[in-house]
Amino acid sequence: MHCQTRSSPDTVDMLLGVLKASGSEQRMTGTKTVPARTQQLELFERMVLIRRIEERLRADAAAGNLPGGVHLYIGQEAVATGVCAQLQVSDWITSTHRGHGHFLAKGGDPKAMMAEIWGKRTGICKGMGGSMHVADFSRGILGANGIVGGGFAIATGAAYSSKLRGDGRVAVTFFGDGASNQGVFMEALNVSSLWKLPLVFVCEHNQFSEFTPSATVTSGEIVDRARAFKIPCTIVDGNDVLAVWQAAGEAVERARRGDGPSFIEAHTYRIQGHLEAEDLFLGGGKYREKQEVEAWRQADRDPILRYRAELLRQGIVGSELDAVELRVSSTLAAAMKFAEESEAADPELPFQLMFTNRTV
Amino acid sequence: MARKRYIHAINEALFEEMSRDSNVIVFGEDVELAIMGDMRGLVDRFGRDRIRNTPICEATLTGMAVGAAAAGSRVVLHMMFSNFIYTGFDAIANQMAKLRLMTGGQAKMPITVIASYGAGGSNAAQHSDSGYPVLMNLGGVNVLLPATPADAKGLLKEAIRGNDPTFFLEAGGRGGEQGEVPDGDYTVPFGKASTVRPGSDLTLIAIGSMLKPALEAVKKLAAVGVDVELIDPRTLVPLDEESLVESVRKTGRAVIADEARDCCSAASQIAAILADKAFRDLKAPVKRVTTPNVCMPYAPTAEKRVMPNAESIERTCLSIMSSPA
Repeated sequence: MHCQTRSSPDTVDMLLGVLKASGSEQRMTGTKTVPARTQQLELFERMVLIRRIEERLRADAAAGNLPGGVHLYIGQEAVATGVCAQLQVSDWITSTHRGHGHFLAKGGDPKAMMAEIWGKRTGICKGMGGSMHVADFSRGILGANGIVGGGFAIATGAAYSSKLRGDGRVAVTFFGDGASNQGVFMEALNVSSLWKLPLVFVCEHNQFSEFTPSATVTSGEIVDRARAFKIPCTIVDGNDVLAVWQAAGEAVERARRGDGPSFIEAHTYRIQGHLEAEDLFLGGGKYREKQEVEAWRQADRDPILRYRAELLRQGIVGSELDAVELRVSSTLAAAMKFAEESEAADPELPFQLMFTNRTV
Repeated sequence: MARKRYIHAINEALFEEMSRDSNVIVFGEDVELAIMGDMRGLVDRFGRDRIRNTPICEATLTGMAVGAAAAGSRVVLHMMFSNFIYTGFDAIANQMAKLRLMTGGQAKMPITVIASYGAGGSNAAQHSDSGYPVLMNLGGVNVLLPATPADAKGLLKEAIRGNDPTFFLEAGGRGGEQGEVPDGDYTVPFGKASTVRPGSDLTLIAIGSMLKPALEAVKKLAAVGVDVELIDPRTLVPLDEESLVESVRKTGRAVIADEARDCCSAASQIAAILADKAFRDLKAPVKRVTTPNVCMPYAPTAEKRVMPNAESIERTCLSIMSSPA
């Protein structure tokens, strides 16, 4: 395995150009594998599911229908989907404040997620966590997290526990370019490399630290921080689900073998704002140009449009992809119906949940 | 029963619980060498998979405790001095304390954090805090302050067996003090205060490290005819409000001795509870004996000046005995 250093990504065009030009060089081993046809369709369906659910959330946020704020993952679907497709149900993930995509990609229930976001008692966290804290421990989803960088140490601890227990589980920590500026990132790299923990760092470089372009607050290359700890690392086009899938496969396999952590820097772009309805408090200020965002919506950049074209190239017919869209619509409709019809969260629940009686 | 040192009682609890449950793991800075004494011998007996030195990175250690607990381990995290809790506070306040609620009860957090608190050894301001009031305010963690070897052993065993994040705070510099410790396997339940000495004139509530000077004060007060009921709450979260209130209703007077800084101290919280629930039985104002709102100085002369002690406890008790009944 080797690290590939990219040149300074002053423009996203240049960055993508580097990635495309480098071809297989960006792979950790260079041995390219391709998922089976049925799995390819599953990858597509998962990405579409995340997108359509979030488009619905975007509309509801704009209409003021949601109890709280939402941070949307639109445009980044290939990262969560490609990585989680390499994981078992029992493997661990820690997610970010932009966590719906990770939750759904790891197999979280769309109904329970929507009910959670609407503050219902049928929510995956009984309405106690909301959008920023969707978690399903039974599926290894240790939670989205409202603290930027909050997942590093939790994933490190889960990986440590799994290594000690010998249960074969791997932990993946998803985080952003913003979180890579937290000191705990360095601490987690050190501990996980030192102890050869079964951990995969997945940096979703979506170019923005909340409302600030990351390049203006980040020194050097993020990937070099991992390399300093002798952790195998790769940069991948995060809008190419097959490239993410490939890189994640190698990293997860390495972790499962007991060879220690890997680092993947997936370059993508945050189409939506830091959170929905942010214009209300930006006071007319802006941190990026509309045309830049538009460029990332186009067929040559959007991860779903790109993958759709790729599947058609591979000979999958349009009707199969249309069928995926139909299935997703029906899943979304069922999730919404479930959320709408569910009873509001139990206001007395906080008093019951905080402490538990001992059980051993 | 056998007389044992405080630090040995803690060490015994760790040996017993690690033997009892192979899922109990310990990590922290310098735990293998056991510089605080409480971890002595553990690594030889249980090996480095179960007790391991970590880098100095408190922000990660507290988060790792959360992750390891979520993944199924039973974690004992040693943070050395309680001031270092501040360094690792994000994962304590934002993850450990909140995950049970935020996940709708999915998360079990079997975590015991051990740290030493308190002044008196010229360790200066960054190694002398009695910082438990900030933990009490989190709402999602238990806070234990055992004052005797027996309570230290029983509370630690209870903490390790529990499924909630729990701070087990050792009175700094008191490891050598001895006390009777019951034989065999026993635990001390959370939320049960201990009446150290029954009395009728005044209730003295002594928290953690204050039990020893409180006992001295009680002897002197007895000599001048003041019959003090001495209570050790043992755990601040959960707090045995009922026992404290009941005692004050009986005696009509209350003094709370607490080594924490006065502002928002445990003593302040207890005083508020007593004012609320025992108001009509009070014969005098509820008094707190605490560290003033200054950072702990280094020089022994200055340290002695600001720390609560037997004399200040005795003086405060006497000050409300003269209040009209």
